[in-house]
Amino acid sequence: MSIEIKNIKRNFGSFSALNNVSLNVPTGELVALLGPSGCGKTTLLRIIAGLETPDSGSIHFHGEDATDRAVREREVGFVFQHYALFRHMTVFENVAFGLRVRPKLTRPNEAEIRRRVHELLNLVQLDWLADRYPPQLSGGQRQRIALARALAVEPKVLLLDEPFGALDAKVRKDLRRWLRRLHDELHITSVFVTHDQEEALEVADRIVVMNHGIVEQIGSPQEVYDHPATPFVYQFLGNVNLFHSRVHAGVAKIGDVELALDEHHQTQDSAAVAYVRPHDIEIFLEPDGESSFKAKINYVHALGSIVRLELERYDTNTYVEAEVTRERFDTLKLNEGETVYLKPRNLRVFLQD
Amino acid sequence: MKNRPNKNTLPGFNLSLGYAILYLSLIVIIPLSATFLKAFTLNWADFWQAVASPRVVASYKLTFGASFIGALINVVFGLLTAWVLTRYHFFGKKFVDAFVDFPFALPTAVAGIALSAIYSTHGWIGSRLEPLGIHVAYTPLGVVVALTFIGLPFVVRTVQPVLEDLSAEVEEAAASLGANRWQVFYKIILPAIWPALITGFALAFARAIGEYGSVIFIAGNMPMVSEITPLIIITKLEQYDYAGATAVAAVMLVISFILLFAINGFQWWSNRRLGNNR
Repeated sequence: MSIEIKNIKRNFGSFSALNNVSLNVPTGELVALLGPSGCGKTTLLRIIAGLETPDSGSIHFHGEDATDRAVREREVGFVFQHYALFRHMTVFENVAFGLRVRPKLTRPNEAEIRRRVHELLNLVQLDWLADRYPPQLSGGQRQRIALARALAVEPKVLLLDEPFGALDAKVRKDLRRWLRRLHDELHITSVFVTHDQEEALEVADRIVVMNHGIVEQIGSPQEVYDHPATPFVYQFLGNVNLFHSRVHAGVAKIGDVELALDEHHQTQDSAAVAYVRPHDIEIFLEPDGESSFKAKINYVHALGSIVRLELERYDTNTYVEAEVTRERFDTLKLNEGETVYLKPRNLRVFLQD
Repeated sequence: MKNRPNKNTLPGFNLSLGYAILYLSLIVIIPLSATFLKAFTLNWADFWQAVASPRVVASYKLTFGASFIGALINVVFGLLTAWVLTRYHFFGKKFVDAFVDFPFALPTAVAGIALSAIYSTHGWIGSRLEPLGIHVAYTPLGVVVALTFIGLPFVVRTVQPVLEDLSAEVEEAAASLGANRWQVFYKIILPAIWPALITGFALAFARAIGEYGSVIFIAGNMPMVSEITPLIIITKLEQYDYAGATAVAAVMLVISFILLFAINGFQWWSNRRLGNNR
């Protein structure tokens, strides 16, 4: 079932949590709402679920206006960051809850409930925990039970609020891959909220980047990572170096260094900020004409296949972060305190007014 | 590995248990056993005469019955009050919150006089209930009113922290799974607050059984109708019938103990059924 969100506004007192947010989630997609805390992503998710009401705007499920529909009539499955399992019920009863509270007419019989619950518990690979109580489970197990419970009512839409936020790093990684596989199996329209860009990039079909109650960019993980629409998206997705520069006729001048750009050919002498990813900083032992900075290596973090370098520019004393492959690092034989030359590539320039 | 004595991670068990028992003995057990010792100075016939005369039996019924009803009323309205205080934000909430403890702080005699003043035939409320044929002051109903009054804080204060602990997310989860308000209440909220609710009930009940000051003014103290057991004990004391008074007190103690024990047993049993205590 598709979800259309139209011009949603929501204020908490004088704080604008959502400011005119519009968004379409096509049927069967797994969409991530990504943003820093306080950006309105959880509020938006709760509005989709019907746990919160918007001040204005509307929510449509499959073309039907659902703005005034109560939570329990929306047929959404909601998974909470802190699981929200019913601690006085066994795992089995937790999953069965959604079926047991149905009106008599649509309630499956006991045998059918048993069958469905065990099917779901098998799906989340925790059938052997059916008789346990939530406090006896680990965080990862609880969240999978919470997911099975949400799926038991056969929701048209699955909403997950920072589902892996409370778990430790290893479990988190396993679970998000598992969620991706599960989604590929079930193809249920899903929206999940996260502040972890890595998680969003790895799991989602599409990412909605939000900040201060507005949508900054919507796109596939590749699009938002490679072509950030705004400075915020650039900074939020991954590490980035900032260079204050002036742009004139397609050339960015950073300090004394001039770099040709693919865009801004018509721009006349404007202040701008250039963004460069650490892996787009090339390192040379010799200067490369006018287009490289002289810098000193302050620190070398050689962990894993990527070597991270912290450098200091000689001209401005500002810091630059660079990432090189271990191979390149070994060829250059870099040491801390050494002087090198940096050449940024794939600059993304945002003009300042 | 060397065989070490099995040490508890929390030290001082023996010492603290010793003090606890000493304290309980001095404050509770010794005075209460003195009651029994004094009561047993009577011979069996006198004892039976003191504790089982129709007037005394009527007072037992009134005391325990009215206390039970009062505690039940408090369970319902105390829960409601606790609910309002934890789940909603409104102007003057702190004020209402402080109000709840009033029955604790007020000297019971003051409460009794105030209650009988407003519920008497000429009082604020009493004069309005009179035409409806409801007589509160000087009837068993008046006793119930007084015992409800003094028991209110117990339920509110035991349930409130548990309700505060119960995250709204759990209710939202239930609602998103299709449960209606009533189902959310009796399948999710009630099991969680049930132990606290029973504790509150037991406390309000126990307090009401022993209550004296606030009741005697509004009760009217008519023998066989609105006379409570604590009053009978006082009356016997005033007549220098110490043994008779302690005999009645001993019977009250035994009944109270059995009832509180039964309530605790019920709590234990329902906790197990509801899957708490884990």
